[in-house]
Amino acid sequence: MSSMADETVALAEDSRTARRAACAAVEEFNADYCAVLDDGDLMDWPDFFTEDAFYNITSRENFDHGRPVGLVYCEGRGMLRDRALAIARTSMFGPRYLRHYLSNTRVTGIEPDGTVCATVNYMLIETLAELPEGRLHQAGRMIDRFRPQPDGGLLLSSRIAIYDTLLVPNALVLPV
Amino acid sequence: MHRDGEAPAFFCLDAAGRVAAVIEFGDPALLRLGRRLIASGQPVDPARLGDPDIELSLIEDDDMKMLPIEKRFTWPASGLDRVPDWVYTSREIYDREIERIFHGPTWNYVGLAAEVPEAGDYIRTNVGPTPVVMVRDHEGGINVFENRCSHRAAEFCRELRGNAEEFVCPYHQWSYDLKGNLAGVPFRRGVNGEGGMGPDFNPENHGVRKLKVTQRNGAVFASFSEEVECFEDYMGEEMLTDFDTVFSGRKLKVLGHYRHTLMGNWKLYPENLKDPYHATLLHTFLVTFGLLVAGNKSAMIVDPRGRHSTMASAKSDGATVSAENKAEMRAYRDGMVLEDPRLMTFFEEFDSPWSVTMQVVWPGLIVQREMNTLGVRQIVPNGPNEFTMVWTMFGYEDDDEEMTRHRLRQGNLMGPAGFLGLEDNEAIKFVQDGMLNSTGGEHLVALDPEVPAGTSTTLISEAAIRAMYRHWRQEMGL
Repeated sequence: MSSMADETVALAEDSRTARRAACAAVEEFNADYCAVLDDGDLMDWPDFFTEDAFYNITSRENFDHGRPVGLVYCEGRGMLRDRALAIARTSMFGPRYLRHYLSNTRVTGIEPDGTVCATVNYMLIETLAELPEGRLHQAGRMIDRFRPQPDGGLLLSSRIAIYDTLLVPNALVLPV
Repeated sequence: MHRDGEAPAFFCLDAAGRVAAVIEFGDPALLRLGRRLIASGQPVDPARLGDPDIELSLIEDDDMKMLPIEKRFTWPASGLDRVPDWVYTSREIYDREIERIFHGPTWNYVGLAAEVPEAGDYIRTNVGPTPVVMVRDHEGGINVFENRCSHRAAEFCRELRGNAEEFVCPYHQWSYDLKGNLAGVPFRRGVNGEGGMGPDFNPENHGVRKLKVTQRNGAVFASFSEEVECFEDYMGEEMLTDFDTVFSGRKLKVLGHYRHTLMGNWKLYPENLKDPYHATLLHTFLVTFGLLVAGNKSAMIVDPRGRHSTMASAKSDGATVSAENKAEMRAYRDGMVLEDPRLMTFFEEFDSPWSVTMQVVWPGLIVQREMNTLGVRQIVPNGPNEFTMVWTMFGYEDDDEEMTRHRLRQGNLMGPAGFLGLEDNEAIKFVQDGMLNSTGGEHLVALDPEVPAGTSTTLISEAAIRAMYRHWRQEMGL
């Protein structure tokens, strides 16, 4: 009985070494994530999330005051897919490039079930045909939870993007 | 007359020295000014006109400054079915709007009482472009005053929200109480009998400018005008009914804010919500999922004075769209289904025939009831070509957790990243771009000519926009 328990409850270790390894995995994950949003197929974006994932983009103003509203507020991969489909197939907006920069990755903890808690800063640069020099669209941080998968990879079970840039220029078209 | 410069231009003058025609090569701004010189019908100095070092706008200013505004901005002879570009692009018109509309006898939304529940709670907000503070005092009243120190004009309140016993201007520490009265002036009597304010200085005369304030079931409005009618008369019975559906007296729970800048004239936003025609054409999402399609039960209701309005519709099943209507709507996408249909669930919680109402409370408030996602949008103009929109999303205090989450999920429809919201923002930008990058002209708002201006029973109508401009022209004296 006790040996069974030892096998099934292999508690993840939260050590400096484990965090370094997790940090490398998270950075790799985020680079792939940005590549899909910047240059890939938006319909692949929901595949970075678990089935029950939570995703929210909100201002620091809201976050600091415990106000739950989000520019984008999704419960579950289904809602993420609906958003990807809506943007790709139904939304009207002017042509643009959006490029994501994620940096300053910090693993803040590894939970016993292996969930990696991490934060990362982000910048979103928007370039429009009529604004070819580009502009900062959002700057902020993400508070993430990654769940390890049987294949050794990670999926996001929660991503909360909190932007410092209080005023959104016109519209936020793509996810961050 | 030939004018050199980066983009050369030719001006044809008549015998009286008035500009009769302009030919330009690549500078739309020059042509726009030229058109206004033609419209002014005033003689100009040909030598100055031909000098590329003299700004053409200065010539225009010099020549036109003597003319009253009504002579310089004349409405198209055709009437309300045309709206000239200068309504949206002129700085002079904008300044007059601030004076006559936002600082005139109007009620301007400033916030929700639920944002300042306790004594000393305050938020920074605006009346038109003008910064004000909304604060609850110790008697429970809500006061609104200008965020401008009466000493050196500093915008003294810097935090978006907070709690304070008094407001102290950081520059010279003049302090104001929660009603906006001047409470303290450091070294008012000077030091060692020297300096300080003169003996006739009376602090009572130097408070910050206080606005008239009214509340309706938790929504707070302010006015620079002492003469403004009471809020109930301002709204009228019909508009008040729609307003009270959302603000019924049920206690509100604030869920958060969105703030964004739109690159268009502020009036394009109320117009967008007085333009039911666009809703079925621009918003594919709305149409595909049956929220609003041509043929739905709907109404575009305008108050008798033409300033407030409600765009209302009842949700229908997408399957009922006729083949003929589908063909008219390029936006329609057959066969699209949501993986998570909770987004479009409508819990009937209001005593109203409508599942959606978008109400414009003139001049700067939109009350949104998009099924179960509720919010107000406050317009803060920043000059003729840009405005900021502040959204406050809310539910009710007695919502359970699942209802709150439902409102938040449904919030994906609206806001700066909303499926519908982002399209309106883009469309408004395109309209302003069209005016700024061309040589000037007028808009055509002629749909549904059987209703000259006012309430229409069809979505394919611009009668509500015409009603708004009938009112606007009266207020502006143009």
